[in-house]
Amino acid sequence: MRPNGRQFSMKQSFQQLDKKTFKRLLSYMKAYRLHLIFVFICIAVSAFASVMSSLFLQKLIDDYIAPLLLDSAPVFTPLLFALCQMAAIYLIGALASLMYNRIMAIVSQGTLKSIRDEMFAHMQTLPIKYFDTHTHGDIMSHYTNDTDTLRQMISQSIPQTISSIFSVVAVFFSMLALSVWLTLFVVVFLFLMFKVIGKVTAKSSRYFILQQESLGTVNGFVEEMINGQRVIKVFCYERKTEQAFDEKNEELFLHSKKANQFANILGPIMNALGYSLYVLIAVLGGLMALGGVMNLSLTGMGVMTLGAIASFLQLSRSFVMPISQVTQQISSIIMALAGASRIFALLDEESEQDSGYVTLVNAKKCGDALVESDTHTGLWAWKHPHQDGTVTYTELTGFVELNGVDFGYVPDKIVLHDVSIYAKPGQKIAFVGATGAGKTTITNLINRFYDIADGKIRYDGININKIKKPDLRRSLGVVLQDVNLFTGTVMENIRYGKLDATDEECIAAAKLANADGFIRMLPNGYDTVLSGDGSGLSQGQRQLISIARAAVADPPVMILDEATSSIDTRTESIVQRGMDALMHGRTVFVIAHRLSTVKNSDVIMVLDHGRIIERGSHDDLIAQKGTYYRLYTGAFELE
Amino acid sequence: MIRKLMRSIREQKRDSIWAMITIGIEVVFEVIIPLLMANLIDYGIDAGNMNYVIKMGIVLLLAAAGQLVSGIISGRFAASASSGFARNLRHDMFYKVQTFSFSNIDKFSPASIVTRLTTDVTNLQNTYQMIIRMAVRSPLMMIFSLAASFSIDANLSIIFLAIIPVLAFGLYFIMIKTHPIFERVFRTYDKLNNVVQENLHGIRVVKSFVRETHEEEKFNAISERIYKNFKKAEQQLAWNAPLMQICMYAAIILLSWFGARAVVACGGDAALGLSTGELLSLISYAAQILMSLMGLSMVFVMITISRTSGERAVELLDEIPDITTPENAVTEVADGSISFEHVTFSYHRNKGKPVLDDINLEIPAGSTVGIIGVTGASKSSLVQLIPRLYDVREGAVKVGGVDVREYNLDVLRDAVAMVLQKNVLFSGTIKENLRWGNEHATDEELVHVCKLAQADDFIRAFPKGYDTYIEQGGTNVSGGQKQRLCIARALLKHPKILILDDSTSAVDTRTDALIREAFAKEIPDTTKLIIAQRIASVEHADMILVLEDGKIMACGKHEELIASSPIYKEVYESQTKGDDDSAS
Repeated sequence: MRPNGRQFSMKQSFQQLDKKTFKRLLSYMKAYRLHLIFVFICIAVSAFASVMSSLFLQKLIDDYIAPLLLDSAPVFTPLLFALCQMAAIYLIGALASLMYNRIMAIVSQGTLKSIRDEMFAHMQTLPIKYFDTHTHGDIMSHYTNDTDTLRQMISQSIPQTISSIFSVVAVFFSMLALSVWLTLFVVVFLFLMFKVIGKVTAKSSRYFILQQESLGTVNGFVEEMINGQRVIKVFCYERKTEQAFDEKNEELFLHSKKANQFANILGPIMNALGYSLYVLIAVLGGLMALGGVMNLSLTGMGVMTLGAIASFLQLSRSFVMPISQVTQQISSIIMALAGASRIFALLDEESEQDSGYVTLVNAKKCGDALVESDTHTGLWAWKHPHQDGTVTYTELTGFVELNGVDFGYVPDKIVLHDVSIYAKPGQKIAFVGATGAGKTTITNLINRFYDIADGKIRYDGININKIKKPDLRRSLGVVLQDVNLFTGTVMENIRYGKLDATDEECIAAAKLANADGFIRMLPNGYDTVLSGDGSGLSQGQRQLISIARAAVADPPVMILDEATSSIDTRTESIVQRGMDALMHGRTVFVIAHRLSTVKNSDVIMVLDHGRIIERGSHDDLIAQKGTYYRLYTGAFELE
Repeated sequence: MIRKLMRSIREQKRDSIWAMITIGIEVVFEVIIPLLMANLIDYGIDAGNMNYVIKMGIVLLLAAAGQLVSGIISGRFAASASSGFARNLRHDMFYKVQTFSFSNIDKFSPASIVTRLTTDVTNLQNTYQMIIRMAVRSPLMMIFSLAASFSIDANLSIIFLAIIPVLAFGLYFIMIKTHPIFERVFRTYDKLNNVVQENLHGIRVVKSFVRETHEEEKFNAISERIYKNFKKAEQQLAWNAPLMQICMYAAIILLSWFGARAVVACGGDAALGLSTGELLSLISYAAQILMSLMGLSMVFVMITISRTSGERAVELLDEIPDITTPENAVTEVADGSISFEHVTFSYHRNKGKPVLDDINLEIPAGSTVGIIGVTGASKSSLVQLIPRLYDVREGAVKVGGVDVREYNLDVLRDAVAMVLQKNVLFSGTIKENLRWGNEHATDEELVHVCKLAQADDFIRAFPKGYDTYIEQGGTNVSGGQKQRLCIARALLKHPKILILDDSTSAVDTRTDALIREAFAKEIPDTTKLIIAQRIASVEHADMILVLEDGKIMACGKHEELIASSPIYKEVYESQTKGDDDSAS
C-alpha cells in the first residue's frame, strides 16, 4: 500500500532477501524429497542419452563409415546393430524425460497447493486490523498472480538448471582433459559472465518486484471498483474510474516493460560473451601452440596440438550453451522470487495474539460439582487450568463485566473513557447514542477483535485475556449491521452458525427470525443459491438471514449491532419477540438507533463521545428527564 | 477470438514489427556465426595460420557485436510491445466493464472479472511476447537450416519432411487434449478467488462464528481441485519434450543409416555424392531444425495455456451491455417530476413472479415522497428504476415527462442522485470520496453539503478532518457516519431528484430530523424520495406510499393514511407508543 517505503527496504536488503526467499521456497519442496531424487535420476539418464548421442556421432564416422569405405564388399550389419543399440538408449532417454516432466508436475502443483493452503490458513489467524487496512484485491492477488509466478520456476527452471549442471560438469572435465591452462582461462571468463548476469539480474529483479506490486494494486483497484459498481453507476463515475484505472495500469505497464527488457537482453549478452570466449580461446590457444608452451592436461604434460585446440573450441560451445540456457530461466526465477517474497510477507504477518488458556467445554452436574463431559449436554463450563496443575470448572452463565475500560484504536486517540458495565445473565443491555459514540467499539472489545491492555473485561469472573479466543467467540453470537453472506444455498448460509444443524433446526431458526416467509417465496426456497453476497435479496432480507444464522448457533451471549436497522418496525417487533424467547435467561447486548428496538431492555446505556452518561431502565431514564428522555420524546416531537 | 484480441495491439504494432525485424537480423547473425567459427577452425587453427585466426576472430567479434545489438534492441521492443499490449487489453476490458449493467456484472461475478483482468491478461502478455520472439526466429532458423541441408543432399533431407508432420500432429494432439483441462483450471481459479474474496469481506462473521476451520476446508477443497486439474494438464504437456526428443533421435538414426549407405556408395567423395563431413553437417542441421521446432512447441504450450485466458478475455469484451444510451438521446432533464405508467418489473427477465406489479404513480417536481413498507416489499426495486439501473419489463418510467430509456444515461443519472441502501465508500480521503459527487467542487462546497448532511461535526473531530483516509469499504467510520458521508456525496451533485434508500437507518433520530430540515430549507426544488423504516422520517412528506408485495397499497398524506390505511396506522402506533406492543 505504501510502495515507496517498501521499495526502499527491498532495494537495501535485496541480495540477502533473495537468498532467504529462495531457501524458504525450497523448504516447501522438502515434502517431495523422494520425488525429487527420482527426478534427479531421470534427468541424469536423459542427459546421459544426449551425451551418448554426441559420442556416437564421433564413432559413427571413425568406427563404422571409415572402415566401410575401405571395404570392397561393405557389410552394414554392425552399423545396424549399433544403431539399434543407440535407438534403445534414446528411447530410455526420452522415457526418462517424460517421467521427470510428469513427476515435476506433481511436485510443482503440490508445492503450490501447500503454499496456497498455508497462506489461507495463516490468513485466518490474522487480526481484524489486517483486513481493515489492506485492499482485498491486493490480498487476493497473492493467491493467483503471485502463486502463479512460482509455477514456471518449479516446473521448468529447476529441472532445466539441474540438467544444465550435469552438462556443465561433464564438459568441464572433458576440457580439463584437454588443457588445464585454457580451462583456467574459461573459469576466469565464467566468473566475469556471472558478474554481468548478477548486474542485470539485480536491475531486473527490482522491476519484477515492482511489477508484482503494481499487479496487486491493479487487482485491488479492480476488486474495489467492481464491488462499488452500483455507486459508480449512480454517480456516473465511469470516466473518472477509468482514468484512475489507466494511471494504475500505466504504472504496471512501465514496471512490466522494464522488468522484461532487462530479462530479454540477458540472452543476447550471454551469446555475445560466448562468442567472445570462443575467439579469445582460439587466439590464446593458437599463440600457445605456435609459441610451443607446454600444455598441462589431466593426462599429463605435453605439447599443445592444433587438434586439441579445435576440440577445445567445440567444447567451449557446449560449455556456454547450458549456462546460457539457465540464464534464459533467470527471468522466471526472479519473477518467482518477487512473487514469493510477497507471499512470505503475508505469511510473516503477525497472527492474532492469543495467550488464552481457559477453554469452553461441555459439562454436567455431578452433585454440586461440575464435571467435564464428552457429549453435548447443553451445559457449558469454562475449564480453567492453574499453575499447580489443578483444574477448576466455572459454569458458563454469560455474566459480562467491563471495569473502567479506556480504549483507542490508535494510542493517541481514546474513543472509550472509563466504561463500566455489569451485564448479569438474563439481562438485556442496550447501547444508545449518537453515531460514533463508541457503541460498536465496546462489542469489538468483548469478542476481542481488538485487545485492551489490562484485564478490565471479565466473563463469568474470568479475565477475557485468559480465555482462548475461539472459545470466547463461540460463546458469543454476533449479528452485525453489515451483513455478509456466502455463496451457497440459503440453508447453507443459515447453517454457517452451527455446522451440524439439521434442516429442521435451520428452518426453525429462520422462522424465529421471521425469514421463513420470504425464503419460501424464493425460486427454490431454502435451496436457492445465493451469490455475490446475496445480491438478489434486499438489505432487510439479508439481515433476517443473518439473524437466523446467529439464532441457530444458540449462544449464551448475543450481541446485536444494529442487526435490525434495515428491517421495518413491524417485522422487527416480530423478530424481537422471537429473539427474546430464544435468549430468555441469557445475556443480550443490543445496539440500535431506533429507540423502539431497545425500549424493553433491562438496562439502557446512553453513550456520548465514548462515555456512559446515563444508565437505567427505560422508565428510569424517562423519569430522569436527561438525554435519553430528550431523544425519546424528540423522536416524535420534531413535527 | 484472435482478431478480437489483436484489436488491443494498436500502437504497439510498431514496436511489435520492429521487434520481429530486429529478431530477423539477430537470426541472420546467429546463422552466420557458426559458419565463421567453422572457418576459424578449418582454415585458421587446423592450418596453424595465426593471421587468419586473428582476422577471422575480429570478424567474429564484429558479428557477435551485431548479434548483441540486434538482440538487445529486439528484446527491448518485444518487452515494450507485449507489456503495452497487456496494458491496452486491460484498458479495453476495464472500460468494457464500466459499460456493464448490474445484470451483466452478476453474470460474471466480481471475482471472475478480477481474475480476467489480471491473471488472464498476464498469461496473454507472456504468450504475446513469446509469439513475437519465436514467430520469426523459429521459422527463419528452420528455413535457413532446411535450405542448407537440401543444398547438401536433397534425398536425405526428405527425412525431415517426413518427421516434421509427425511432430506437428503430435503437438496438435497434445493441445487438443489439454485445452479442456485448462478451461476447468481457470473456472476453478474463479471459484478460488470468490472464496478468498468472500472470506475477506466477511472476516468478522468468520471470526465471530469461529469458522476459520470451515473456511479452510472450503478453500482446501478448491485448492485441491486446482492441484488435480493443473497436475493433469501439466502431465499431458509433459509429452512435449519426449515427443521432440524421439523425433530428433529418429532423425539422427535415419540420417546415420541412410547417410552411411550414401557415403559408402559414392566412396565418400563429395563431388559424387556425400562426404563424411557433409553427413556430420546434415546431422547438426537436423538438431537445429528440431531445436527451432522445439521453440515452436514451447509457443504451442503457451498458446494452449493462454487460449483459455484469451477466450475468457474475449467473452468479457463480447458481452453486450444491457442498458445503453439510445441514439438521438435526450440530453436535458426538464424537471424532477417522475411518473410510473403501468410498470411491471422483475429481476429475471420475463420469468418469475414480478417484483413490481402494475405500478402507477405521479410525482410532481419538488415534492417530497415517503415510501414505507415491510422488508421485501420492493421499495428499493421501485426507486432503482428511476436512474435506470434496471429496465422495466412492461410499462414506462418517465422523468421530466420523458421515458428514462430515451435519455442519455449520464445526463439522466447526473440529474438523479441516489443514496443506496448498501453504501460503499472507497479507499481514499474523505475529500476524495465526496468529490465523487462533483469533482470540481470547492472545499467550501464540500463543507456546505457536509453541514447539510450533518457530517461536518464528526469530520472535523477527526485528527485529519476532511483529509482523513477512509479504508476500503469504510471500515474505519461507523455505520451512521458512513451514511451521512454518502448523503453529502449525493448532495454535491445538485440533483433534480434525490433518492434516499433507507439511508438514515443508522443515524440517530435527532440527526435524521436535522437532515430532513436541511433538505426542506436548502433544496426545495429537488424532488425527494425517502425510503424509511421510521414513520418520523416520512410523516412530513407531501405524499407517502405504502408498498406491499410489489403493489402500492395506500397513498396519501400522513393524516389521511392514519385514517385510511390500517397497515400504516399499525406501524405508526408501534413506533410511537410501542411499550405495550413490543413487551414480551
